Amino acid sequence: MPKRSDLKKILIIGAGPIIISQGCEFDYSGTQACKALREEGFEVVLINSNPATIMTDPEMAEATYIEPITPQMVEKIIQKERPDALLPTLGGQTGLNTAIAVAKMGVLEKYNVEMIGASIEAINKAEDRDLFRKAMNKINLRIPESGIASTMEEVREIAEVIGFPIIVRPSFTLGGTGGGVAYNKEDLEVMAKAGLDASLITQIMLEESVLGWKEYELEVMRDHRDNVVIICSIENMDPMGIHTGDSITVAPIQTLTDREYQIMRDASIAIIREIGVDTGGSNVQFAVNPKNGEMIVVEMNPRVSRSSALASKATGFPIAKIAAKLAVGYTLDEISNDITGETLASFEPTLDYCVVKIPRFTFEKFPETEDYLTTSMKSVGETMAIGRTFKEALQKGIRSLEIGRHGLGSDGKDHADLFQGPPSESEIIKKLATPNSQRLFYLREAFLANIPMDIIYERTMIDPWFLNQINQIVELEKKISRCKTEKIISDELLFQAKAYGFSDIQLAHLTNRTAKDILNQRNKARIKPVYKLVDTCAAEFKASTPYYYSTYEMECEARISDKKKVMILGSGPNRIGQGIEFDYCCVHASFALREEGVESIMVNSNPETVSTDYDTSDKLYFEPLTQEDVLHIIEKEKPDGVIVQFGGQTPLNLSVPLHKAGVPILGTQPESIDRAEDRKLFQAMLKKLRLVQPDNGTATDAEEAADIAEEIGYPVIVRPSYVLGGRAMKIVYNRIELENFARIAIDASPGHPILIDKFLEEAIELDVDAISDGTTTIIGGIMEHIEEAGIHSGDSACILPPVNVEQKLLDEVAAATKAMAAELNIIGLMNVQYAIKDGRLYVIEVNPRASRTIPFVSKATGIPLAKLATKVMLGKSLQELGFTKEVVTSHISVKEAVLPFDRFPDVDSLLGPEMKSTGEVMGIDKDFGSAFAKAQLGARQNLPVEGTVFISVQNKDKQAVLSVAEQFFHLGFRIVATNGTSRFLEENHIQNIKINKVSIGRPHVVDAITNGEIQLIINTGTGDEPRNDGYLIRRAALKYSIPYTTTIAGAMAICKGITAMKKMEMTVKTIQEYHI
Amino acid sequence: MERVKALIALEDGRTFPCTSFTGTGETSGEVVFNTSMSGYQEILTDPSYRGQMVTMTYPLIGNYGVNPEDVESDRIQVSALLIKEYQEFPSNFRATESLADYLKKQGVLGVENFDTRALTRHIRKTGAMRAFISTIDLNPASLIEKARAIPSMTGQDLVKEVTTSSPYFWENGKPVWIKKGELEDGSDIWKSKGTRFSVVAFDFGIKYNILRCLEAEGCEVLVVPATFSLDKIRSYQPDGIFLSNGPGDPEPLTYAIESAKSLIGQYPIFGICLGNQILGLALGGRTFKLKFGHRGGNQPVKNLKTGTVEITSQNHGFAVDTDSMIGKNIELTHINLNDNTFEGFQHKEYPLFAVQYHPEAAPGPHDAHYLFKNFIKMMKKWSSV
Repeated sequence: MPKRSDLKKILIIGAGPIIISQGCEFDYSGTQACKALREEGFEVVLINSNPATIMTDPEMAEATYIEPITPQMVEKIIQKERPDALLPTLGGQTGLNTAIAVAKMGVLEKYNVEMIGASIEAINKAEDRDLFRKAMNKINLRIPESGIASTMEEVREIAEVIGFPIIVRPSFTLGGTGGGVAYNKEDLEVMAKAGLDASLITQIMLEESVLGWKEYELEVMRDHRDNVVIICSIENMDPMGIHTGDSITVAPIQTLTDREYQIMRDASIAIIREIGVDTGGSNVQFAVNPKNGEMIVVEMNPRVSRSSALASKATGFPIAKIAAKLAVGYTLDEISNDITGETLASFEPTLDYCVVKIPRFTFEKFPETEDYLTTSMKSVGETMAIGRTFKEALQKGIRSLEIGRHGLGSDGKDHADLFQGPPSESEIIKKLATPNSQRLFYLREAFLANIPMDIIYERTMIDPWFLNQINQIVELEKKISRCKTEKIISDELLFQAKAYGFSDIQLAHLTNRTAKDILNQRNKARIKPVYKLVDTCAAEFKASTPYYYSTYEMECEARISDKKKVMILGSGPNRIGQGIEFDYCCVHASFALREEGVESIMVNSNPETVSTDYDTSDKLYFEPLTQEDVLHIIEKEKPDGVIVQFGGQTPLNLSVPLHKAGVPILGTQPESIDRAEDRKLFQAMLKKLRLVQPDNGTATDAEEAADIAEEIGYPVIVRPSYVLGGRAMKIVYNRIELENFARIAIDASPGHPILIDKFLEEAIELDVDAISDGTTTIIGGIMEHIEEAGIHSGDSACILPPVNVEQKLLDEVAAATKAMAAELNIIGLMNVQYAIKDGRLYVIEVNPRASRTIPFVSKATGIPLAKLATKVMLGKSLQELGFTKEVVTSHISVKEAVLPFDRFPDVDSLLGPEMKSTGEVMGIDKDFGSAFAKAQLGARQNLPVEGTVFISVQNKDKQAVLSVAEQFFHLGFRIVATNGTSRFLEENHIQNIKINKVSIGRPHVVDAITNGEIQLIINTGTGDEPRNDGYLIRRAALKYSIPYTTTIAGAMAICKGITAMKKMEMTVKTIQEYHI
Repeated sequence: MERVKALIALEDGRTFPCTSFTGTGETSGEVVFNTSMSGYQEILTDPSYRGQMVTMTYPLIGNYGVNPEDVESDRIQVSALLIKEYQEFPSNFRATESLADYLKKQGVLGVENFDTRALTRHIRKTGAMRAFISTIDLNPASLIEKARAIPSMTGQDLVKEVTTSSPYFWENGKPVWIKKGELEDGSDIWKSKGTRFSVVAFDFGIKYNILRCLEAEGCEVLVVPATFSLDKIRSYQPDGIFLSNGPGDPEPLTYAIESAKSLIGQYPIFGICLGNQILGLALGGRTFKLKFGHRGGNQPVKNLKTGTVEITSQNHGFAVDTDSMIGKNIELTHINLNDNTFEGFQHKEYPLFAVQYHPEAAPGPHDAHYLFKNFIKMMKKWSSV
């Protein structure tokens, strides 16, 4: 049956901001769905609060609402747009939950909107544990025994039924805190009690323990004719007990016989039918007892997921695209397989390679949290690698992570290199037994230390198949290092090492030579990678889509064209500081190349992204973004130019080595990049242009740092050079702080000096994005930060256009930006950060590349800056492109950062110079208050319009908080404050109620938060004393999801937001309407 | 583990240096590829692979070892196993032995460490072809000669190599051999007449899982040699006849085609794979050799009666020509969605249906298991008439 003709307009709900567990994979799936539906002639209406997504580009839908994803907003959109159907399965859990809420409100019924893809009943059946259990029992499948308890009596009763060990999971806690495994009654008494206390609703779930069981996932698709196919099977290397998002996973399944696999396949088909997902994809997770093969169902997601994005990239089968087509009536045998072009979507992809996904963690940014993995996801991104063997894919994956490692150890960065000797056996065992982000490297240490396989298995419960693979890598490493003395490695061994995924840097380290030596030998012996196709069919059919990975084998399948071609280097795995914004720019580069008729070649290693969709670029190389891997592709493809300025720091770091190798870099040249990044050269340039920067200096040790600080005066900002996202960056107010922190900063970037800048207290910070063609520079947008200077620009909310800066200064900003662009010979994008203090303009830094704010500015102004920049790099002038004047909008756009503190127990939520946010949202409206309120709603800060506001600020903020307090009072809020603040407000005639600090005694402010007596928290502090009053208040705010701010500027903005919310009802408007 | 240098030579002159993981040896056969990612033990023991060396397109093979249960006949049938990387440390709770030991014990060569995708692409482009592998003679020219000297698949009767030499009953998941003289004429040979359907299965290289499926669905099965006497079969008064899968070209199997001709219309008949082709020929159709065959567990087949798609397990190098079946009083019931080839039919008048693919799976998906139930239904209906 072809597509449904009764549907015309379809509403899609996006996933909103990037948060841990909901990353940019939903932009990938949403973008595919929008494209697929529009291809079929449907009108697409979209809501997504995340401006950094491709799906919110105006070309992707008829009506794009960058509005907060709340049921109320969705209702308004439905009321306005009157769609025929709502497709809820593409926007992650956010999309699903919002759709259910909207349905429950009766909105769908009222406006006669049909839910397509998955019905409410199906979603509930999959999401509600009890309904799910019943459904599974009905089809003779088992899920872990479990029960919900609210009292200790219930705990004991349930334990009786389940038997030990039991997993204790408190309901509604932050980051899975308070849970654990109880092995006996005594454990259970202690843990259950703690769990009940930790739970917001005094409730825990007790569950049969399947810790250490093997974990599997199947991606299933079904059409309305009841055809079901399995797209991909995935085996988790890390066993049950570690969130699948935090596990190293492998496709396809490795350690099941066909008989066992088919049982699992039958089960997933039965599950998708029983749950009733009529059309589209689902993800089913299983646990298998390694001792006897007993299989249980862990969960089922009735929507596209992170795993389905991975499965799409791993197989070449576009799950989200097909899901969208199935939702509008097609059957699998009516849709063609794009990759082969000759077969249909009704088949099961088969792989002739091995895919490894490795999560990327960010524990270094949250030193208060232990590096410990549990069932609550902690990773912020992931990388995928493809090889013809697991060993090759694993080592490629490790170097794709961009954590400074070049493979599975032996790269000069092992424990032995950093700490004078290998780790002790007891340390290794400890690191094996408690899952953590470094466990992979400790597996290597374990084999090097000759710890027996069975002990390693017992401690990790990682299947021996995987352990043996790692051991094989270690064995080969040992064999190679035996060549150290002679410094000779045979060609045969070298080939084997390359086929095992070893990088030249590892081999150089192992044989005491340089990477250049290794490359020379390889060149001579013609040991070069070949490129194979990801074709969904293991070469059974000819593939038409060029999606490649490298391996060391005989036959190369890369089809090299003689067209003009440009290579785009992507941004690798998402991390805090380098996320979806950069992928957005890379995708735009690709689109622009297509528009210009230039062949686009994308290189990236991140499976979550739109850039790694096989039809985004003319060619896709799914490869690590390292010098070695990238140069090999360049050698094969011989592109006319390489774009390095869109993928963040990753490609920028490669620009110099690529340039040295004679690769043409498009746009701004590496010398200019260096001039902007090198302190001395940069200062010289500013001097020449008569621009000022805050006083500063560089130091190589703590002593020298202190001297410089004395000279320029405290407070100062201390940071290492050559890192992105403000890693190890801090504002210090005195010598002791400075010396302590200088040491940390020196360690963060060894071999590089640390930078010390005068900190401009209470300055206004501005972010400027500009584009230049070499002769003309046009400002893309000037953003005013809401939080004052000192808070990382990535964590600060910002407004476009600025509202608190006078025109004279804005003109000065524009002039300075243009002068620097000219001086640096910028061709393409440039971002400048300025600070304004006492009417004076300071240049903080210049980045000669696309910045994190490019998508936001593009969405706010309607100017596709990254596309224009690409065309400029190809030689077009801005004049030719028709972009000759800065666009100053009459509407106000606000960007707000979204922070991951709720995932990390014990972390303080204060903002500082080190970036902590994972994502962003945008609010647009005609005035600042409304736009800001929308941004807050989008960031899940549910601003109250009435109730009680709690205020507690440090002394230096007291004067400033007065007007905030006054306004809240006039808005009808009750004000409660702790002792000092209370007295100060009293003295200034602002009525308030005094409340105890935690340290004073009960009842105190945290009691009030717990009891729901406080609706908004304003709390500033330095965060220096651990676990002080402020910390406890901020953690309580997180725990109970009370909106809070830790800055005065934030408080003022919230005030305006609430004022706007009280004044009028929020309205919705499409970005297409904003930009006519 | 010892690894020995080896060379694969194809009849068209292409060679692939590789390594043997089963010691020294030499072997020959038609080289084909299978795209299943699991199920190598079932593939190795499938009699339909007689005379062929199988390349697994999935690169890592041996992962879960071998076990006594996942066998499709009493021995390894392929002439060689060709893979990218042998996994010498198997891991699975049912594993009793490594794949290398299993192959070695039965004297079957296993080679690895070469570009299996290049070989697969080569076969895709040029068709399945004869090949010779040796660890002894590593001279390409001489090996290519040897490959060219192998008889072609077309026109060969490979069934005689794999069919059972004497009849047996399939009971409780295994063969129960019949002593000489025990199986004379008469219908009293069945133990469960009336409670189970008595089925005579022609063994052209039958896979055990077909027998397991038939037994599980309520059949008592007597497996007979390919050339078994029709008079005897008639004297057993079976409820149904089954024509099995098997290796190679159906055309030279004139005895089987003749038997089928005599049985059509007399008994309910179900054929799988080679059985389907024999029935096609018996009804006056033609068969032809596919370029490189269908071998894998992901082949989409459309059931033309229901409109639904089954993901099927397949293993065949020859196929029934759809056009040749026009006017043969049959209804085409299944087609392959990849290349639209003939996948199954039923007779419009007689109780007879057959499929080209493998509803018994092993390895592969179970989507088509319903066909065994259909066979039961057909026998039920027939016996009530």
